[in-house]
Amino acid sequence: MTAPAPSKGFSLYAKREPVFPKAVTGKFRRLKWAIMAVTLTIYYVTPWLRWDRGAYAPDQAVLVDLAHRRFYMFGIEIWPHEFYYVAGLLIMAGIGLFLLTSAVGRAWCGYACPQTVWTDLFQLIDRLVDGDRNAQFRLHAAPWGPGKIARRLAKWSIWLLISLATGGAWVFYFADAPMLAQQLWSGSAAPVAYSAILVLTLTTFTFGGFMREQVCIYMCPWPRIQTAMLDEKSLIVTYKDMRGEPRGSVKAARAEPDKFGDCIDCDQCVAVCPTGIDIRDGAQVGCITCALCIDACDAVMAQVGRPRGLIDYATLADAKVEQAGGKAAPLLKTIFRARTLIYLGMWSAIGLGLLFTLGNRTRVDISAAQERNPRFVQLSAGDIRNAYSINISNMESRPRQMRIAMEGLAGGHMWQGESSTAAAPARAVDVTVPADSVARLTVFVAAPYGNGHSEDFHFTLRALDREGGGDNHAVTFSRPME
Amino acid sequence: MAKPAASARKRSVQQANRRDEVTGTDFVGHEWDGIEELNTPLPRWWLWALYISIAWGVVYVVLYPAWPMLHSATSGTLGWTSRGQLAAEMDAEAARRAPMVRALAAVDLNALPANRELMQFAVAGGAAAFRANCVQCHGSGATGTPGYANLRDDDWLWGGDMNAIHFTITNGIRNPDHPQTRMSLMPAFGRDGILTAQQIDDVVSHVRVISGQERASASAARGAVLFAENCAVCHGPTGAGMRTVGAPRLTDRIWLYGGDRATLTTSIANSRRAVMPAWGGRLDPVTINMLTAYVHSLGGGEAAPAPAAPAAAPATNAPSNTP
Repeated sequence: MTAPAPSKGFSLYAKREPVFPKAVTGKFRRLKWAIMAVTLTIYYVTPWLRWDRGAYAPDQAVLVDLAHRRFYMFGIEIWPHEFYYVAGLLIMAGIGLFLLTSAVGRAWCGYACPQTVWTDLFQLIDRLVDGDRNAQFRLHAAPWGPGKIARRLAKWSIWLLISLATGGAWVFYFADAPMLAQQLWSGSAAPVAYSAILVLTLTTFTFGGFMREQVCIYMCPWPRIQTAMLDEKSLIVTYKDMRGEPRGSVKAARAEPDKFGDCIDCDQCVAVCPTGIDIRDGAQVGCITCALCIDACDAVMAQVGRPRGLIDYATLADAKVEQAGGKAAPLLKTIFRARTLIYLGMWSAIGLGLLFTLGNRTRVDISAAQERNPRFVQLSAGDIRNAYSINISNMESRPRQMRIAMEGLAGGHMWQGESSTAAAPARAVDVTVPADSVARLTVFVAAPYGNGHSEDFHFTLRALDREGGGDNHAVTFSRPME
Repeated sequence: MAKPAASARKRSVQQANRRDEVTGTDFVGHEWDGIEELNTPLPRWWLWALYISIAWGVVYVVLYPAWPMLHSATSGTLGWTSRGQLAAEMDAEAARRAPMVRALAAVDLNALPANRELMQFAVAGGAAAFRANCVQCHGSGATGTPGYANLRDDDWLWGGDMNAIHFTITNGIRNPDHPQTRMSLMPAFGRDGILTAQQIDDVVSHVRVISGQERASASAARGAVLFAENCAVCHGPTGAGMRTVGAPRLTDRIWLYGGDRATLTTSIANSRRAVMPAWGGRLDPVTINMLTAYVHSLGGGEAAPAPAAPAAAPATNAPSNTP
């Protein structure tokens, strides 16, 4: 590709070169279709899955309930104080990306990134409405007329519908989907739902329809980060230039078999590339390793009767070995090497840790804070009284009867409420905590003046139903002599 | 590399179309000490983003307050101000609270604690009003200081049920201008020459005996007689106090000024006549109801007295929390 040098001056700004990727078939294309189907299905269908949690909790399988600060994911319910599970998942996602990148290069970019998936979908629409690469190019170059306007309107309408569905699906993760759908339709949904749909519709429309590879090349930080993750043993899409160069047509190669390599310079790898690059220039930031050029080149090689894999997944180390006449390392050995195993170990350790804590977490919690102003009050009989703010969390989706008791503080007794003294001396208070909520109560504790010194004791919490479970919290009982 | 500027410029024009062999990128033609700049152009849409931001900025400047001037800022055509937004939000909040405020104005105070939602609202409002009006004397923790009552304990001079607290807040204590005010004047037994210094000392001994601070003594026995003659009319024969006149109970561990000999001597000799403002004319009735609920909720609140029994009957005030 030789671009004519500017004869006079130059521009500091580059116009986007439109990319019209050619349709291609092959195993990686089939894999991409499959991944697209799976990811889009997950995205659009998940909010509509139901999960029975009883009468006191929503029945949506996956729900981020920001208003009530609850996160539901099938059988798991997460409260705000358990956000470390989400943090853990995000760390796993991060390390998972490291793992994937060091093993199979930018596979995330090429197959699963939403930008790639939606761009792929939008390009499918391009082909349905405008035809394949050449037809698209002709239409692009054609002057505006009724035919072009009609086609553009048709294409943009379909893009807009897909974008609307995309933005629309997003909000269903944050509210009861069937109810929200009804509200959206009747115009009674919250303004934030409409604005979220509007923003996501516009960004999907712009990014999927017009920005496409510009997002990957200029906006996304991931290609830059990945350069630190790739090494010479990462699988990347590689043009084997030793085998391909020098390029020459089939006819020329037949005339002078020793002079030319396997590349017949048909430019099919360039034609199918969704980011418009030439993989034969080597690894570059524009390559999202979608492997469609492998499919295109394999098809051409099959036609001209040469072995497949002129462009193929290969590591830089393998390419060097092959150049020297050796044989590439086996795939499994390439993938499972020290670096990826360490990543895998970290990833699994965090995952197992999360599962372990998830299995062992209690669904009741007590926290008690001594009132600080004042810490103690002397009662007329000479006893000292302290007050405590107690929060009891019932994280099950059913109301539970619980007992708060004192452990320690001899001679002390407790009562709930605002009366100055207890009706009868007791060392426990029973409360019913509503389903999936925190009960806040003030508890008074009175104890004899004694020697006037402060004393530590515990509040213990025990669920009184069959399932049981409990928690405790250490507090201090203050007396005047500190 | 020092060259005349004119020839350098000429040179750069000639070199504009040169191409870097390693990267295949054109040179811009700028050169500094042998370091040359390659032309890697910015995407044009990036420039559009800049222009759109500028347009956004212009629109914003027209619509909203933006440029600082000498005395104020340009006001913007929408007329928006942060102060105005705050006022609108406060109005909306007041409208949201209006039903609760109306309910609180009409509530029967004795029934208020049972209405949890309204009580919570009243206590929260009362806490705010307390911080503005009451902490100066009663302290931020409502524990008082010598001469200013602790509102959290179970000992009350004038009564600790809802209506008594409400009455005290509304009418104050020892306000000569308010006919309804809580009024009682303990004689200054020393200053007015009613008792001699020795007699006062004997009464102090007796008070310290009945409050459990000293053992019985000859002085206390003499004091007991003087107490029955001079003090029992208000403080009761046993020193249990009388709420109708705000006479404190002398037999417990709680002292408004102090229970040591020196403080008691001063109290008896010179009398104590603490005052509290009447808030009825200063605060609106809803705020006073809120303050009542807050003070009642602090830990010393008493139940409404049964209609037959007088509120000041000492027996009903006796602490029941003997462990």
